[in-house]
Amino acid sequence: MKIRTNKLDVITTPHRQFFQRRRTCPFFGENASKIDYKDVNLLQRFISERGKIIPSRITFVSAKRQRELAKAIKYARFLGLLPYVVK
Amino acid sequence: MSFYECVIIARQDLSSQQVEVMIEKLINIFTTNECQVSNHEYWGLRNISYRMKKNKKGHYILFKIDAIPSVMKEFERQMSINEDIIRYMSIHVNKLEESPSIVMQNKNQHDDNSSPKNNTYSNENSTLAAKEM
Repeated sequence: MKIRTNKLDVITTPHRQFFQRRRTCPFFGENASKIDYKDVNLLQRFISERGKIIPSRITFVSAKRQRELAKAIKYARFLGLLPYVVK
Repeated sequence: MSFYECVIIARQDLSSQQVEVMIEKLINIFTTNECQVSNHEYWGLRNISYRMKKNKKGHYILFKIDAIPSVMKEFERQMSINEDIIRYMSIHVNKLEESPSIVMQNKNQHDDNSSPKNNTYSNENSTLAAKEM
């Protein structure tokens, strides 16, 4: 019985707080940097360590910009500015 | 007339003079056909992220072009024949930017910031690279 009460405690006691972070698209606004396939430093922020494109749900890039970004990254890969895979 | 940006990668074992000659030849294709290259940038010998036709490095050149499609087609045909060019990519753009591209800006900043100590370091590197050749 003791174990059961303990279990209940575990479920009920921790008061979970949900942090709702509101982030906007990094390419939104006047000061935002332009997506350019030549800008390797910028594009590098949106690829993972393995060289994959990071999904927009993690980076908060808007759908429209994500499409542009993906294209730019693929151009840069073709030109050898970015890797296809990092081993 | 429409605007294009074209990046080409030349073989690593070309000298910078050979690259210059090649650039002039390519620009001539446009000037003889009443089109123009408004600007071109030589990014230098850069590392390629992966092996490209057995090359680890390449001379990168960016052309900003104002031309008609038929001339662009001829330009691409010439590049596909040229064995010194490993890869080329031309993109249709709405507007040509007059300011130097981000690659060149970064390069210039790096040159300005580099102290004499860094310079000697880079010199050492270049001699090392020469030995490897």
